[in-house]
Amino acid sequence: MMTRVLTLLAALLVFALPAAAQTGPLRIEITEGVIEPLPFANPDFVAENAAAADLARQIARVVSEDLTGTGLFREIPASAFISQITSFNSPVQFSDWRAINAQALISGAVSVGGDGSVAVKFRLYDVFAGQELGDGLQFNGTQAGWRRIAHKVADAVYSRITGEGGYFDSRVVYVAETGPKDDRRKRLAIMDYDGANVQYLTDSNAIVLAPRFSPTGDRILFTSYESGFPRIYVMDVASVGRRALPTLEGDMSFAPRFAPDGNTVVYSLTTGGNTDIYRMDINSGAATRLTSTPSIETAPSFSPDGSRIVFESDRSGTQQLYIMGAQGGEPQRISFGQGRYGTPVWSPRGDLIAFTKQSKGRFHIGVMRTDGSEERLLTASFLDEGPTWSPNGRVIMFTRETQGETGAASLYSVDISGRNLRQIRTEGGASDPAWSPLQR
Amino acid sequence: MTHNKNGAPTMALFTRGILLVSALALAACTNPDRFDSAGAGGAGGAGGAGGIGAPGSASDPRSPLYFQQTIGDRVLFQVDQSSITPQYQTVLDGQATWLMTNTDYVAIIEGHADEQGTREYNLALGARRANAVQEYLISRGVAPNRLRVISYGKERPIELCSDEACYSQNRRAVTVISAGLSG
Repeated sequence: MMTRVLTLLAALLVFALPAAAQTGPLRIEITEGVIEPLPFANPDFVAENAAAADLARQIARVVSEDLTGTGLFREIPASAFISQITSFNSPVQFSDWRAINAQALISGAVSVGGDGSVAVKFRLYDVFAGQELGDGLQFNGTQAGWRRIAHKVADAVYSRITGEGGYFDSRVVYVAETGPKDDRRKRLAIMDYDGANVQYLTDSNAIVLAPRFSPTGDRILFTSYESGFPRIYVMDVASVGRRALPTLEGDMSFAPRFAPDGNTVVYSLTTGGNTDIYRMDINSGAATRLTSTPSIETAPSFSPDGSRIVFESDRSGTQQLYIMGAQGGEPQRISFGQGRYGTPVWSPRGDLIAFTKQSKGRFHIGVMRTDGSEERLLTASFLDEGPTWSPNGRVIMFTRETQGETGAASLYSVDISGRNLRQIRTEGGASDPAWSPLQR
Repeated sequence: MTHNKNGAPTMALFTRGILLVSALALAACTNPDRFDSAGAGGAGGAGGAGGIGAPGSASDPRSPLYFQQTIGDRVLFQVDQSSITPQYQTVLDGQATWLMTNTDYVAIIEGHADEQGTREYNLALGARRANAVQEYLISRGVAPNRLRVISYGKERPIELCSDEACYSQNRRAVTVISAGLSG
């Protein structure tokens, strides 16, 4: 829906200036070490006509929030500025920005057309090198979609400075929660990655659990009790229309996830009290059983190349992580540390698996390599669970629940280095986040 | 008390399930075994222990309330376990006898887990528990087509503290009786 509203004639190289080398001195290497956030200046964008005045300010603010929210950047307050950007095309007084130690400078301009269209231009400067970093870019969109344009600008800035893909122009589908712990109401909701633009996708008449995006972000798989029993549904995000995947009477199905092909779903099916993993062609409804044991097999997640599936099983006596082929076969156990491991999710880069770990009465979100080595725990609390990856594989969002009679769930994110733990703003309680791919 | 207002109006079975669970929870601080020995007649206020009470009341042995309060409608489980301990086998023997006597009723067995576990695993664990009860009742002669199972995982706790005192009550399988559609 947003994609239609916002026709991004993206990435038009409208300003032919000599391109600064991408590997210039202005660079954040995202490593596991603690880094000093990079100081940047981001003056309000220039309003190129009167109608653009508010947006020029708001867009610059969202760009700054995106960047500082990563923990990798620190914004220099406008009160420290020596010079101002009053015209997008005027030469930049680099000495004025060096004097306040701004290593990066963002300048932008916004114009609003008579038809309500919005055009946003920006440039990124490497202040100490005294030159642009990359070329100026223009994004076109609508007034209603102004936050997306801001996220696009921030993604470009982030990418140029870190060398990583961005993740700000993305959405999160999750379960919005209201009511006390013994009468909790749940409904599906979707929002921008930063908590803005919330839209509810179901009512709260039935329990809904664990929504998951399709590889292109156009559909959502989730589990609902609306039939009285847990079943998997697939929803079209634009129309909010949904249908149940076929199951036999008396069976429960849950924990669905798309394969990278967008047509195959892996999920858990419980029949006769036993839970195994199946795959289904979402168009034909034809299902194939992938595991066949008396133990609990659940939470399957495909590798990004679609060749393997990581899942959890208690066949050893406790929940542990295993990897099998996309068509099943003998799985290989990859988790061997103390405690229980569940909800594995393959990173979009393919290099890491995020998981929930229970150990000594605490819950953790952690990551390990796909062979189980280099396990690192990123969080610890009374109850953390259900990691989901940012589109660039740098950040993990998850559910944190507080304890006791007033316990409530909310969403948090953490960098895969374990730094920058942040709570995501939501209207009420929130759980089971799933991060979309970058929007197009 | 802490308990539910209304279930979803569009889901009759589900609503009834919640109401029964809620009624149970009123008594949750009492050892459920006591219901068997002491009888629930006192709770009903009729005082006619052993007699046939008003139809539908807790002292009417044919009533779902009697099933729930006097026989006991639930089984509690150890951490991460789905095996039925001898004390609950006795409860289930009573459930089986009641179901075979009152053939107009069907039952949904709801499996639950405490909050100490991941969501998906707890759904599967709740299913194991409900299934264990179902298999026990079938082994005692209840017709399989009168029993259905459902797992709520950790979605429907009845006790809210984050201690074993509450967890032990939440690790449960509840047999929820309803009038059968076809008998």
